[in-house]
Formats: sequence, structure tokens, C-alpha cells
Amino acid sequence: MAVSTKDKPVSVQPIQKEQILKVNNLEIFYGEKRAVNGISMDIDKKGITALIGPSGCGKSTFLRSINRMNDLIPGARAEGEILYEDVNLLSKDVNVVALRKEIGMVFQKPNPFPKSIYNNITHALKFSGIRKKSKLDEIVEESLRKAALWDEVKDRLHKSALSLSGGQQQRLCIARTIAMKPAVMLLDEPSSALDPISNAKVEELILELKKDYSIIIVTHNMQQASRISDKTAFFLSGDLIEYDITENVFTNPSEKKTEEYISGRFG
Amino acid sequence: MNTRSNFDSSLKQLKDMSLEMARLSEIAVKEAMDALIRQDLEKAKQVIEADNVIDELEFKIDDKATLMIATQSPVAKDLRKILVGLKISSEVERIADQAVNIAKSALHIGKEKHIKEIVDIPKMMDMALEMLNEALKAFYTEDAALARKCAEKDDAVDEMYGRLVQELLGYIPEKPSSTNQITQLSFVCRYIERIADHTTNIAENVIFLVTGKRYDLNT
Repeated sequence: MAVSTKDKPVSVQPIQKEQILKVNNLEIFYGEKRAVNGISMDIDKKGITALIGPSGCGKSTFLRSINRMNDLIPGARAEGEILYEDVNLLSKDVNVVALRKEIGMVFQKPNPFPKSIYNNITHALKFSGIRKKSKLDEIVEESLRKAALWDEVKDRLHKSALSLSGGQQQRLCIARTIAMKPAVMLLDEPSSALDPISNAKVEELILELKKDYSIIIVTHNMQQASRISDKTAFFLSGDLIEYDITENVFTNPSEKKTEEYISGRFG
Repeated sequence: MNTRSNFDSSLKQLKDMSLEMARLSEIAVKEAMDALIRQDLEKAKQVIEADNVIDELEFKIDDKATLMIATQSPVAKDLRKILVGLKISSEVERIADQAVNIAKSALHIGKEKHIKEIVDIPKMMDMALEMLNEALKAFYTEDAALARKCAEKDDAVDEMYGRLVQELLGYIPEKPSSTNQITQLSFVCRYIERIADHTTNIAENVIFLVTGKRYDLNT
């Protein structure tokens, strides 16, 4: 038997990917209060980035700043840069309506319009100038298929969206976002209000969607973050504490605070 | 504030169970060696019978770990504590199996007069058990440096194993009628060498527990 004693650590190689967003020294304020303390991070193209952290840590504030949803909150302002195709999304010159077409969002609580399933998807399309019935039909079917909802609703497209279950409503909201063909999808706790089966369906869907979209998801569900994301960012009190490949974050985080949070020691 | 004190106490219980199992295995090895040296066949049989206590403890550890994984969603070091608890208990169980093997060799030799006084084999056992104690201390205190130090001693056990077997085989031409006894004593050397290997695996698991990185010390 060979008897030499050698240490041979097995290391994990980081995944090198193209980036879709570059965040530089982003600070976000609500009035005098600073909610995000100058964070910098790159977001991978066609990957799933999970933002985790206890309530009030700044993760949702950061998420909402990407498509300027914070503009709707009086007193909210952002400094620094969020670069998308070399444009700083925080710039006053950015057309916010066009931006939200490129960077779509799905919220925690399913919020379909009180319209038919069909019209939920076509509403924004019509606004953006698509009027031809055959084109609209095509996009409705394509979006519902991508959102894994088509088979369940194809025979009742003109029934009210409010007749759908919570899980179906959330997938409809995802379909509605897909219809605009965004480059980035922002998901703010998209399945926290759903039952386990609906949650599983939404997770499967998100994994499917990353083939075509760059996805950023805020979640309080640690298992969800560990199951579906490629990278995980841990926020605490407005700081970005750790940002790494999800596997590393959940098996061997480099920061003690991250370990305490993901293992449920606080938060 | 610790929000998971119940989980933490379960993790501690799991560790204590592994350590208790290791303590029983160590006793089994010593008892088996004593039975071999003093040709106490009754004691050898007792070692074999007592092995089921250790096997049962391993099942209990398996069940507890399974329940913790199923109900607590452990991550990072918590998860490693459970995985390492399982792996160490499995290594310890195999150490106990080596004690059974030594006891069986004692029965095979029976009351046949020893070819010479058995001195070096228990010394080799002491080396292996000293390693085991260090590995367990490293596990208890989560000390990666001590685990590495312990694993380094495996070389000395391997070297002694080679030397003792050579020496034993040298007796065969001289005492061909004792070939069975010589073969059994060589087997015992092999069993002890295996105990040191299992102990090295325990040390590797301690390093994995502490650092989250895998090390191969057993090459």
C-alpha cells in the first residue's frame, strides 16, 4: 500500500458567463434613510440569480430599482449605476415604459387584470402597437405554452383570469411578462403565496425560462433559492454580504453571517 | 439569539451517539486482543456477540440523521455535521467488525500453544487505537490540524504491518505445523492495519466537517 500523506483539496471552478447587468456602487435612499449601501455586482445573462436576506435587508428595494419601480415611491432615489447594454438604467433620460418592456416583473401576489385570460396577455401588446388578431393569437399561445399554462386554459381563454387558481394566476402573470419578450425577468417572491404543487410548477417554469431569459428572483425560501438559482446574493442591512455560486453559498459559505442566516440561526 | 436550539441539541446528540459507538468499538478491539493473547475463547465469543449492540447503534444514528435531513432542511455546516456523523459511524462500525475478526482468529487458533510470545501485535493495536482516539478528539473539538496529524501516523502502522507479516511468514519453514496459527496472526495484523485506515477516513471526514473541502489522506 502506498503510504504518503498528501493533502488534495478538490476545488470547484467558478462558472464564467456573459453578464446582462452590471451594478456599480448602487445606493438607494427612502428620504434620508439609506436602504442599499453602495453595492456592486454583475448579473449573469440567461442565469438565475437569487437575492436572499431577512426582511428589510434591501433585496426587494434593489430588485425594484432595476426596472425603476421605486420611482413610484415618493422620496425614493437611487445613486450609482445599473448598466444594461451600456446604458445606466438610473439615468433620467431612460424611457421607463420601454425599460419595463425589456425588464419585466412578477410580484409576490398574483395580480391578473380583471379581464379574460386572453386579454391579460394582449393588453400591453395592444398598447405597444400590435393589433393584428392572428399575431395576438400567436403570442398568447406561445406565452401560455412557455408559462406551462396553455394545456390548462386553452379551452377557456375568454373566461375571467380571476376564475383561475392562485398558482394558475401566477403563471398567467409570468405569461403576461413573457409576451413582452423581456431580456430580464424580475421575480419578487413569485411563489410564496402558493401551495406546494403550484410552487413546484412555478419553480419548474423558472428553470425552463432561464434558457431564454436572465432571471433575478427574491425569495425567503432558502430551499427554493438553493434548488433553482445559479448564483445567490445574500443581503443584510443594505449590504451585499456574499455573492457566489449557489452551490458554494449553501454548502460552504465564506461569510459567517451567511452561514447563520441560511441555517436559520437568525432572520 | 439562537433560533434553532432544538436542532442544535439534536446535532449534539448525533455526535455523542457516534462517539459512544466509537468508545464501544475501541473496547471491542481491546477485548478481542486480550482474548487472543490470553487464549480466552469465552471472551472472544463475547466480543462477537456484543457486536450487535454497535450495529444497532449505527441504525439509530442512521434513523436520527435521516429524520433530521427530512425535517430540518440542513445546509452548510449543519448538513456536513449530519453527513459526517453518518460517515464516521459507518467507519466505526467497520472498526468494530475488525474486532470481531480478531476474536474469530482467536477462536481459530484456539488453545494451540503460541509460536512465540505475542508482543508486537498489541503494540501495533495501541498505535492504531491511539490514532483512533486522536481522530475522535479532533471530531469532538472540530480540530482539522489534529485530524491531519492523526492521519500522518497511518504510515507508521502500515510500516509495522509490513514488518510483522514478514516476520510471521518467516516462521513457517521453521514451524510448518503452526501454519494455521501464523496465518491467523498475519490476518490479525491486517485487521489492525485496516482499523488505522478506517481511522484515517474518520480524520478526513473531520477535515471536511471543519473546512467544507475534501481531502484524501489515505493514499
